[in-house]
Amino acid sequence: MTAPSQLTLEGLLPQLEVVRKDFPILERSVAGGLPLVYLDSANTSQKPQCVIDAMVDHLERHNANIARAMHTLGAEATEAFEGGRDKVAAFLGAPSRDEVIFTKNASEALNLVASTLAFRGPRQVGEGDEVVITEMEHHSNIVPWQMLTERTGATLRWFGLTDDGRLDLSDIDELITERTKVVSFTWVSNMLGTINPVAELTRRAHEVGAIVVVDASQAAPQLPIDLQAMAPEERPDAVVFTGHKVVGPTGIGVLWGSRALLEELPPFLGGGEMIETVRMERSTYAPIPHKFEAGTPPIAEAVGLGAAVDYLRDLGLDDVRRHEHALTAYALDGLATVPGLTVLGPLDAEGRGGAISFEIDGVHPHDVAQVLDARGIAVRAGHHCAKPAHARFGVQSSTRMSSYLYTTPAEIDALVEGLHYTRSYFKLD
Amino acid sequence: MNDLDALYQEIILDHYKNPHHAGLRDPFEAEVHHVNPTCGDEVTLRVHVADGTVADVSYDAVGCSISQASASVLTDLVIGKPVEEAMAVHETFLALMQGKGQVEPDEDVLEDGIAFAGVAKFPARVKCALLSWMAWKDATTQSLEAQS
Repeated sequence: MTAPSQLTLEGLLPQLEVVRKDFPILERSVAGGLPLVYLDSANTSQKPQCVIDAMVDHLERHNANIARAMHTLGAEATEAFEGGRDKVAAFLGAPSRDEVIFTKNASEALNLVASTLAFRGPRQVGEGDEVVITEMEHHSNIVPWQMLTERTGATLRWFGLTDDGRLDLSDIDELITERTKVVSFTWVSNMLGTINPVAELTRRAHEVGAIVVVDASQAAPQLPIDLQAMAPEERPDAVVFTGHKVVGPTGIGVLWGSRALLEELPPFLGGGEMIETVRMERSTYAPIPHKFEAGTPPIAEAVGLGAAVDYLRDLGLDDVRRHEHALTAYALDGLATVPGLTVLGPLDAEGRGGAISFEIDGVHPHDVAQVLDARGIAVRAGHHCAKPAHARFGVQSSTRMSSYLYTTPAEIDALVEGLHYTRSYFKLD
Repeated sequence: MNDLDALYQEIILDHYKNPHHAGLRDPFEAEVHHVNPTCGDEVTLRVHVADGTVADVSYDAVGCSISQASASVLTDLVIGKPVEEAMAVHETFLALMQGKGQVEPDEDVLEDGIAFAGVAKFPARVKCALLSWMAWKDATTQSLEAQS
């Protein structure tokens, strides 16, 4: 299983062993002295030393509240926070840095858009309007739209899935119509791994005047994103992702929205920082991005996120994508050797990201994950916050391995060996 | 015995492969549906109480070996017992599960249930073991209310 020829796959990041040294947690052992095999990066990624150092340095030397403290530290903290915004804007290729809104996480970013679409304004959703999502969404891109349509009397509709785990676009003309006000979908499925056709769906939605919201939580870590390079008709109106999946900290997410959309949406949360002036009768609001950032924001987290996206840009997202692609293909081959194992989602590495969910006949995912954990291998078991997608494939839960830029072929070998062992442990051989 | 083998004792795997009293049956006074929201394990469970005794417990469960085996052991332990005595078994099992591996299981009370002692050392799995027990308590309480 560990022949040297298999340890150097075409497409792996150059100097992978050096890259791994950037991530201190990969040095630790678990399960009584075994090396950690971390295959749960779609859940959260590990953090490089530069991100940890950036946050520690900020807290040790520059900590102050931002945009209001009239002293040296306040100025430094403000600069560091806004510097994080600049770095995220560059990471996304955003047309303007003011279009980058910091939120708590991707869920809050989606809720921001879905909630404010219920408020009075030029984009307000109402009875007779339709919101279109897909059956492969994470719960965070289902529930906010259910709440929006329940609040407003609008109708929620969705794309189904094909048997091989792709969007079923055969009824696109019935789904995306002049009644459609919002189309929201994931760029890369967190369960099936599927990469969705963002440009095509966006163009179709724009043709009927709908706005397009893309959940890039799984895309941002592994696909190059260049909003500015997209044709305007194929560029989504909003793209969200979360910091902790792009080697950044928890507690911070990003909403990128086009200036046109963000200026039309009413404010989400009210409070400090998001105002222009406040009188007892009424207030006026700050321009974007601060209009959507009420209260003290996650400052150290923005500094950490800035360091994280800079780290990814230094590595090169094209190279990260190639690395993920090589490992995904290698993992699909390895998983195919496990008797009774069924992969949920596309079987070709080309059209998918690095998360692979699977079932093993006769062993429940919890039990798979437990046996793997005893061998130092971390995977996720359960519904991965995608219950409807599991229901579509007639399963209640699955086991998911997800690789990332620091994953090695030897770790995939350890997983495959662990799965063979799991079957023998439960006496399936 | 290592922790993994302590978790997956033969008794548990036997109950998992050949669950006792599985399936939904009549008569019953209460049917409940409990889920473990973090992992999606589900159980539909019915209780029939007659003359103060747990006359039948039937269930339909999807979940891991621990949750399935636990449902099977539960039915073995409570069916045929007076409600009060069954509730006491429930309390004993609950204490074992919440004991973080420090509680010595009482074989006289828990019988095959002592095999779950190893589960208490895995906090993420305690909910799996308790799913059907919580459902049973809920359904039994409802059965008693329906009869009063």
